[in-house]
Amino acid sequence: MTRSSWPLYEVFVRGKRGLNHVHVGSLHAPDDEMALRNARDLYTRRNEGVSIWVVKAEAITASSPDEKDPFFAPSGDKVYRHPTFYAIPEDVPHL
Amino acid sequence: MDLEREFEQTVAADHRVEPRDWMPDGYRATLVRQIAQHAHSEIIGMQPEGNWISRAPSLRRKAILLAKVQDEAGHGLYLYAAAETLGADREELTEKLIAGRQKYSSIFNYPTLTYADVGVIGWLVDGAAICNQVPLCRTSYGPYARAMIRVCKEESFHQRQGYELLMTMMSGTEQQRALVQESVDRWWWPSLMMFGPPDAESSNTEQSMLWRIKRHTNDELRQRFVDMSVPQAAKLGVTLPDPHLVWNAERGHHDFGEIDWTEFWQVVKGAGPCNAQRVEHRRKAHEDGAWVREAATAYARKKEQAA
Repeated sequence: MTRSSWPLYEVFVRGKRGLNHVHVGSLHAPDDEMALRNARDLYTRRNEGVSIWVVKAEAITASSPDEKDPFFAPSGDKVYRHPTFYAIPEDVPHL
Repeated sequence: MDLEREFEQTVAADHRVEPRDWMPDGYRATLVRQIAQHAHSEIIGMQPEGNWISRAPSLRRKAILLAKVQDEAGHGLYLYAAAETLGADREELTEKLIAGRQKYSSIFNYPTLTYADVGVIGWLVDGAAICNQVPLCRTSYGPYARAMIRVCKEESFHQRQGYELLMTMMSGTEQQRALVQESVDRWWWPSLMMFGPPDAESSNTEQSMLWRIKRHTNDELRQRFVDMSVPQAAKLGVTLPDPHLVWNAERGHHDFGEIDWTEFWQVVKGAGPCNAQRVEHRRKAHEDGAWVREAATAYARKKEQAA
């Protein structure tokens, strides 16, 4: 018996219209179409979704946790990107 | 930054460890062992109840049981996927199960002799599983915790369908009530064993609690399960087969009798009533399905070449 070489797919489900697709888990499938069908059977047995994306895990490029500090550092010292950085008098309406 | 210290701080702060984070080898190995054993339990757990799908007494009961067994397959797959994020190989996990090198919950080595067992498994076995699994929704490894949240949501249906099935039988004939009692008599003690050996003999508990993989000890969870089950049994009208089971007002818990740990270790070590049959069935299903996996692979390759 030969070992299965079905690729690993990551599965993303849109819970309902208006929401983003969210990663829910992974599965193995021989091809894209079967991955989609298997994802339906595995991750939406109770109406958990209205739309599914599957993507081969190997096609995902991810940031590395080892470099998370330097990688995200550029946004760390830019407090002026947040609305709370700006002092506005209390009596200015709608701002 | 010291990787080990960063890991310990993450765990101590009750933050989640994620797949690509650095983690100690022991943490990774413990998780792979525990998640694989858990996944195998779900997959082997399809057999005792699957045994009754074709003989469930009505179309309604057949549909319910079929959905439940399908859920068990789903739970196994969520968990295998979580194990794979730690670097485990899916095929290898199945091979280890078939070769007896990885274990599954001993409860599934007991036979389902009557249809009442379907109800009692839902009520007691799934009830005990829920006690074990709810705290795992907060376990320190992210993918495992997320899989457990999905599992727990679905497990609630399992327990309720079992209890409802038993209530229906208990409102039936004398013979049906006797079947329920007989089934409870057989499953009560093995259900208590599902929480594992007593704390004093549980080799993995201490480290697993430190790593926040486990959140409660075996004995704590067992006590919780006993306390939950007593009023459920009373409402159902069945007797739990333990003469020492009594409310202890001082402790605020039920006292209960001594568990037969000799039986527990025998079943763990492979001498339970159905150990050989369960693994053999899994092996056969895996080998009989090989041509399907191969054909699907060949078809995918052919389509790719044509494109």
